[in-house]
Amino acid sequence: MLKINDLKVKLEEEDKQILKGVTLEVPAGKVHAIMGPNGSGKSTLSYVLSGRDGYEVTGGNATLDGVDLLEMEPEERAAAGLFLAFQYPVEIPGVGNMTFLRTAVNAQRKARGEEEISAADFLKEIRAKAKTLKIDADMLKRPVNVGFSGGEKKRNEILQMAMLEPKMCILDETDSGLDVDAMKLVAEGVNALRSEGRSFLVITHYQRLLDHIKPDVVHIMADGRIVKTGGPELALEVENNGYGDLLAEVA
Amino acid sequence: MSRAAAALAAKREATEERLAPLALPQGGAWATEARQGAMARLREMGLPNRRDEYWRYTDPAALTAAEAPQAAVFDAGETPLFDDIDRLKIVFVDGVFDAEASDSFDEEAVEIIRLSDAAANDIHWAKSLYGVLEARGQTPVARPLAALNTALASDGVLIRVTGRVARPVSIIYRHAETTSDVYLHNLVQIEKGGDFTLLENGPAAARFNKVLEVEVADGAAFHHVRAQGRDHERHAATHIFARLGRESLFKSFTLTVNGALTRNEAVIELTSDDAVAHVAGAAVGDGAFHHDDTVFITHEGERCESRQVFKKVLRNGATGVFQGKILVKAGAQKTDGYQISQSLLLDGDSQFLAKPELEIYADDVICSHGSTSGAIDDEALFYLRSRGVPETEAQDLLVLAFLAEAIDEIEDEAIAADILSRLEAWLARRSR
Repeated sequence: MLKINDLKVKLEEEDKQILKGVTLEVPAGKVHAIMGPNGSGKSTLSYVLSGRDGYEVTGGNATLDGVDLLEMEPEERAAAGLFLAFQYPVEIPGVGNMTFLRTAVNAQRKARGEEEISAADFLKEIRAKAKTLKIDADMLKRPVNVGFSGGEKKRNEILQMAMLEPKMCILDETDSGLDVDAMKLVAEGVNALRSEGRSFLVITHYQRLLDHIKPDVVHIMADGRIVKTGGPELALEVENNGYGDLLAEVA
Repeated sequence: MSRAAAALAAKREATEERLAPLALPQGGAWATEARQGAMARLREMGLPNRRDEYWRYTDPAALTAAEAPQAAVFDAGETPLFDDIDRLKIVFVDGVFDAEASDSFDEEAVEIIRLSDAAANDIHWAKSLYGVLEARGQTPVARPLAALNTALASDGVLIRVTGRVARPVSIIYRHAETTSDVYLHNLVQIEKGGDFTLLENGPAAARFNKVLEVEVADGAAFHHVRAQGRDHERHAATHIFARLGRESLFKSFTLTVNGALTRNEAVIELTSDDAVAHVAGAAVGDGAFHHDDTVFITHEGERCESRQVFKKVLRNGATGVFQGKILVKAGAQKTDGYQISQSLLLDGDSQFLAKPELEIYADDVICSHGSTSGAIDDEALFYLRSRGVPETEAQDLLVLAFLAEAIDEIEDEAIAADILSRLEAWLARRSR
């Protein structure tokens, strides 16, 4: 599904290399986790894959089902099935949450040559999905993320994911700023979306999210590279011993 | 002679030169008296020029020149605004009343007559209002183009509202000649407990000078929504003078799309307690577009509320101006005043000039004001695009979101939806 090969990225505005050759592959239906200390390049990887400005790819490539991701506009990547759940979801005053989601769903359908969803069908679907995420009617009507608590913002991200039905989901520190109950709710939302045709790349600092969203593979990232790859037990090792031992061992 | 006196003398001389060939329209005693009074006021203050403090950001030369700048007639090729709204239509073409295109003036709870007809009657209710609010509005700041209008307007619509009027009266200003230079003067008098909606739309003329005087009596309500065409070359100077009674409501919204030069002034007096005045504007312009909102709201009564909400979207070198003032007189306690003027600059060539002013002589009031200029929020744009919304569509969404606070000032949902659809169409034409 997602193939990243020796990806090298620097900041556009300064001479700072962030990713120094990242290679990983997430097959269809699998959940991979990336863990790593602050500044290791985890969030940069998610932004580069989703097409945010400010980064320059200096080497390597990334493909989604064989299609070059890095050549596409952000909206084209989304239509191709890529979704990034933001670490800090953006507030957009004046744009209703519902309007935003319907515009997004229809834009993606249009880009794929599909029919637009009817207003009635959309409403039915969003109500059902919002309910399982405990998002009430008021939150749907309010401007996108404006006045939402940290937990509400993250649940709203998962709702968008559920409505857009992407095949490759990247979750960038979705657990940050969440209490235990909120994290459980979000994890349940993610788990409900797990399927054979859908893959996940879960970026996190901590093992606790991975108690709820069980990964197939765990990668450890440090200084712009994947330094170790293993099973779920790798996450436990980090939890117990911190990154220090692990990184020393790699070095 | 001091420099100021010399400047005024020169200004008066230029004004005399400009006025010399003009003749006042024919009319009965009251109208002639009002027109002569306005002419005298105008001679005293002189026509505006760039050196006037009040015209620092907008050059009035094109508005005062003897010859109107030409404007090509523009066919929008789309359904006319307010087409789906049940309304009483009054149509002017280049300032000339079009009887055939207009509806009958017979309507419950409202009396409508054209200025040209009323002016001939020696006794008329309009006598106590015509040019009166305009004259009051000349202090503390002179508004010479409004006096010019009172003197020269030969037609307009005079409306007296005696109760709740079921449907809006809609004045449509069509433009047919590239050289038309038009003065129209409208009056609205809403008696105690009356409720009335006025709609205005259309480019009107190559150069349009319009005054609307509104008196809202105790407990009465006035709703006003207008759209000023969407042709590119027109010049317009408009004034609204309003006086509000106790517990009355005044709400005015203006949509301006394109136009070479537009100056919209609103002068509102809250003369008694517990009145509410909201004035709002959304302007979108591209290239040779200069748009000026100049507002002056005076609080005299206690516990009155006023809102000024002005938003402009500018690109390709367009210029936006806002001069807004809240004056709270001594004794106007518990005043709640709010003023916001914002511009969204879609490129580095456009500019926004704002002069917000508060002048407060009462000690127990809440007044706030803010003014900002900014570009489209890149973070929000990326967020929308990352969800699959194409860049142009995402931009349009953010532009409409920016304008939302002004459009929200329109109470009637159907009218608001109509205005919104015009904006969407404008954005779609521009960005694709």
